[in-house]
Amino acid sequence: MCATCGCDGDGAMVHLPHEHDHDHSHPHEHDHSHDHDHSHEHDHAHSHEGGGLIDIEARILAKNDRAAEKNRGWFRGREILALNLVSAPGAGKTALLERTIADLGGDVPLFVIEGDQASANDAARIERAGAPAVQVNTGTGCHLDAEMVARGLSRLRPPAGAAVLIENVGNLVCPALFDLGEAAKVVVFSVTEGEDKPLKYPHMFRAAGLVLINKIDLLPHVDFAVERALANVRSVNPAAPVLQLSARSGTGMAAWYDWLHAARAAARDAAFA
Amino acid sequence: MHELALTCSIVEVAEDAAAGRPVARVTLVIGRLSGVMLDAIRFCFDEVARGTVLDGALLDIEEPAGRARCNACGAEFAMPDLLTPCACGSCDVTLFQGEELSIRSIELREAA
Repeated sequence: MCATCGCDGDGAMVHLPHEHDHDHSHPHEHDHSHDHDHSHEHDHAHSHEGGGLIDIEARILAKNDRAAEKNRGWFRGREILALNLVSAPGAGKTALLERTIADLGGDVPLFVIEGDQASANDAARIERAGAPAVQVNTGTGCHLDAEMVARGLSRLRPPAGAAVLIENVGNLVCPALFDLGEAAKVVVFSVTEGEDKPLKYPHMFRAAGLVLINKIDLLPHVDFAVERALANVRSVNPAAPVLQLSARSGTGMAAWYDWLHAARAAARDAAFA
Repeated sequence: MHELALTCSIVEVAEDAAAGRPVARVTLVIGRLSGVMLDAIRFCFDEVARGTVLDGALLDIEEPAGRARCNACGAEFAMPDLLTPCACGSCDVTLFQGEELSIRSIELREAA
């Protein structure tokens, strides 16, 4: 069984939206050399009497963490801003990206990695919006991991100075644990979901570098108390900025673009820090 | 469902350390605020370990409780969940215990 997503060998598939499934890169070809030496520093067996006790003291996610650091170094060396967009299904991540591409695509080289359990629908939407995209289908997996992103990058080939927007699988639980090598997690939740989302999914909101409240054009039609939502975000993550916007109407998008530009500037500086 | 992915990693790391020798016990450290369901890990472990050197191994799980330090007043306090503020009212806290997700050790079976 695959150690990454729990698939049985036919799990994560990476493909460009216009290509057929027969030439997807295979999930377990491991074309970059891994060293399976998780515990090499600690696998000295202490032969106590009886069965030997072997100290390991390794993070369970050590392998993903290493792959994420490799991605992070790759981004950093190329002055690329990478963001990990997470939300519940239907919060409007793809619509946010479409609008962002339409508004900024001429000025900012935007590249998108789309994560979904199945289908290339979202990558096709992104390409129609005008940005190169690669679809990662996680199969039975409920989140992207760092190696899937690495494989996506090898197909997408973003150039130096690009912004890579990684749209994670719609899920507010599992992606919180899996570092992809991003500069920040952007958590999107919408006014149709209820203002207590941050309290129900505190792990994810705690990990956020930015929180976007989407679909504010629907505020007149739903019972969503913005002030309470803001207080809920602050109670689990006092540091994260919160922006209110509507990807559909465009309201509030300027503040998101300002944040994005500032984050790109920071990514450029990070390459030489 | 991330417990299945985590369990696959646990088995992989433990198998590497065991280097082909049968394992009697695996000791994990999973903090109470790590967001991981222990029952799901236990359920997945028996399945994922099947047919490996970990087949039938006991799973010991240490569960450190949440402890945080308040960034406003400096107090250290118990944090039973991520929504617990400091007694001073601040939510700006640094969690320093309770999010562990690690493999402490494995114990080999005595040679037959």
